[in-house]
Amino acid sequence: MPVKVRIPTPLRKLTNNEEVVEVKPGTVGEAILELQSRFPGIKERLIDETGEVRRFVNVYVNEEDIRFLQNQATALKDGDEISIIPAIAGG
Amino acid sequence: MQSTNGFMKALKCRECGREYPLSATHVCEFDFGPLEVVYDYAAIKKSMTRSAIESRPQTMWRYRELLPVAKEPTVGTQVGFTPLVRAERLAKRLGIRELWIKNDTVNYPTLSFKDRVVSVALSRARELGFTTVACASTGNLANSVAANAAAAGLRSYVFIPSDLEQGKIINSLVYGAQVIAIKGHYDEVNRLCAEIAGKYGWAFVNVNMRPYYAEGSKSMGFEIVEQLGWKIPEHTVVPMASGSLLTKIHKSFQEFIKLGLTEERPYRVHGSQATGCNPISAAQKAGLDFFKPVKPNTIAKSLAIGTPADGFYALKVMRETGASADDVTDPEIREGIKMLAECEGIFAETAGGVTTAVAKKLIASGRIPAKDSAVLCITGNGLKTLDAIAGHTGTAREIRPSLREFEALLSTDEASPAIA
Repeated sequence: MPVKVRIPTPLRKLTNNEEVVEVKPGTVGEAILELQSRFPGIKERLIDETGEVRRFVNVYVNEEDIRFLQNQATALKDGDEISIIPAIAGG
Repeated sequence: MQSTNGFMKALKCRECGREYPLSATHVCEFDFGPLEVVYDYAAIKKSMTRSAIESRPQTMWRYRELLPVAKEPTVGTQVGFTPLVRAERLAKRLGIRELWIKNDTVNYPTLSFKDRVVSVALSRARELGFTTVACASTGNLANSVAANAAAAGLRSYVFIPSDLEQGKIINSLVYGAQVIAIKGHYDEVNRLCAEIAGKYGWAFVNVNMRPYYAEGSKSMGFEIVEQLGWKIPEHTVVPMASGSLLTKIHKSFQEFIKLGLTEERPYRVHGSQATGCNPISAAQKAGLDFFKPVKPNTIAKSLAIGTPADGFYALKVMRETGASADDVTDPEIREGIKMLAECEGIFAETAGGVTTAVAKKLIASGRIPAKDSAVLCITGNGLKTLDAIAGHTGTAREIRPSLREFEALLSTDEASPAIA
């Protein structure tokens, strides 16, 4: 079973409106590279010039923020789910 | 332009400056930066003078040109203009020359500053044609969305963490809102709402309506300046959850300066958090311009946001104004609630305890000099978080309806030291 990536609305223009895209297991960083190879332009939306995840982008693996895991080195196994979500305001 | 969009010109990314139309959208497609409303300040300057403002009704809408609706507001038209109270007894207790309380515990209709942001968000949602409104909330926002939606005849869905205070849950249900309790903390509620927001065509006040919603907070700063006789306070102490209120108080001062409604002067906007959820204050104290997300664990649930969306900007404002931040433990929060209640007769929720207790720390350490003047932003009512203070206030003493028993009780009081 591959890894599922949920694509947020602002990025769906790049994925031909696909909401969920499947990638191979590995790490979060590798998943982003695989996305980039299939949907050119998506990497620069997520990663800044220094190679870090952009500060207004939150990436979750199975509902856990990757900053509480190993950031882009976080391992992905079969069946895992990645969510990419813009930071949102308080309430 | 002005006929269709009022004094608004566009939405603009705070990071890269790309512009977007004035729709229900909140992030830049390019870098996910937050979008902000751009105003036509030249036009505003012509219609917004001190005397024009002073002639208008005493609500937040007296600053209507600087609030992002195209036409006259239709929801929450009575919100705001809460009292600014001179707090002489608390000033003495905290050891500062002059202290003021901006008292949003009595904001209309749901007793927190959130009525300000909701009034803007729902008025704008109606302009954009929405009939269902929603929010992710730590409680106060849910109460306000539920009440204001009911009064406006809009359908509402509010999403909250399931462990919220009873008072805040009932305070949403009573208005007939659809209340969805999520098994998780606020950041998880937020994540879920971000995922559903785009799907159903609803106006999520703090997701797709955020550029409009967040601007409502500025009204608190406008009121403070006007109520101080058109002066910006030397120090303002603000509670931080996402950090949005702090940045908007700063923005309100900047806009009044830009429009010539107040004189420019040095001022500091300080931030307060609970130690059990202190990503922004920890970063400020460490001198960092970025924060590390945390997992919240505090009685100040209305401030329990571990991944604060405006954390970067709040840190920037504090850096630019030379301000400080600090955080306080649960016992200190309760002590803060009691100090404010005992000195000023104002019963604040836990966030108000945080702000009062942090102000005490900032004054004691000289980060707010004792010779200066400060305003504390007290954002919510204590009746909503009774759970947090129950068992820490002393108890009622019960006697029979007998004069003898009462006099016996009183004589033990007189034996103890007098109340200051």
